[in-house]
Amino acid sequence: MIARVLTTGLIAGLVAGLAVAALQHFTTTPLILAAEVYEAAQHAHDGADAGAALSGLSRTAATSAATIAVSIGYALILLAAMLLSGDAIAPRRAALWGACAFAATGLATSLGLAPQLPGMAETELAARQIWWLATALCTGAGLFALLRLDSPAAKIVGVVLIALPHFFAPQPATPESTAPAELAARFAAASLAVQAISWALAGALAGLIWRLQSRQQEPS
Amino acid sequence: MNAKLSANAAALPSSRLEALKAAAVALTLGFGLVWLAGFAYPKSVHDAAHDTRHALSFPCH
Repeated sequence: MIARVLTTGLIAGLVAGLAVAALQHFTTTPLILAAEVYEAAQHAHDGADAGAALSGLSRTAATSAATIAVSIGYALILLAAMLLSGDAIAPRRAALWGACAFAATGLATSLGLAPQLPGMAETELAARQIWWLATALCTGAGLFALLRLDSPAAKIVGVVLIALPHFFAPQPATPESTAPAELAARFAAASLAVQAISWALAGALAGLIWRLQSRQQEPS
Repeated sequence: MNAKLSANAAALPSSRLEALKAAAVALTLGFGLVWLAGFAYPKSVHDAAHDTRHALSFPCH
């Protein structure tokens, strides 16, 4: 069972990660590079040193590797969630789990922390990371309580869990972005779309590969 | 506590127990990978994952 889960997560994450990396290459990465031009110009004006650590092909390769790692992680988390809740693992159901995960890690978190381009005003990183994680976990648990538990008390707890993190949302930094607002708006939308596709694809492929493996195991 | 846990484990059918074990391994590995690519602090990890962190709206910088 463990080997089957790991194989499924690895293959699904690898394929989904490659597809999302290609998508990033044409959607979010050009916006990040454009924002860095504005950021570098500002730094040059201030006399500070700026510049990306990686560039060209090595940067694309590193980004793709990180995206594949995240996608394998997403696929494994979705498989674990379906196993824990006793669901049958199938493509359509797994994609729905992915959609709910996107609501938790994408939609809920972007209310308090909009997706950011380099060079945008920002507050302390650790506080933002803690809020992001807590919000994703609370929203995920809240959605599970709302959609999968039957008692009215559980549904109330679910709504509270979804709403609660937003009372503690991080204070936004004073706006001082070097990137134009139009660029930032396009990036926020593209980033959410890319994240939605990552979760849905990781889920659907995990379901599909799980099913293919069970067909292979059946005696013919 | 331990006695209660093992009593519960004994009451579970072995297939369910196996599924729970696999889920625990998958969850740990999955969170580990997302943590490494999306949150970890070392500069080399941050630089390599930089564009992915921004693109998938993880908090960055």
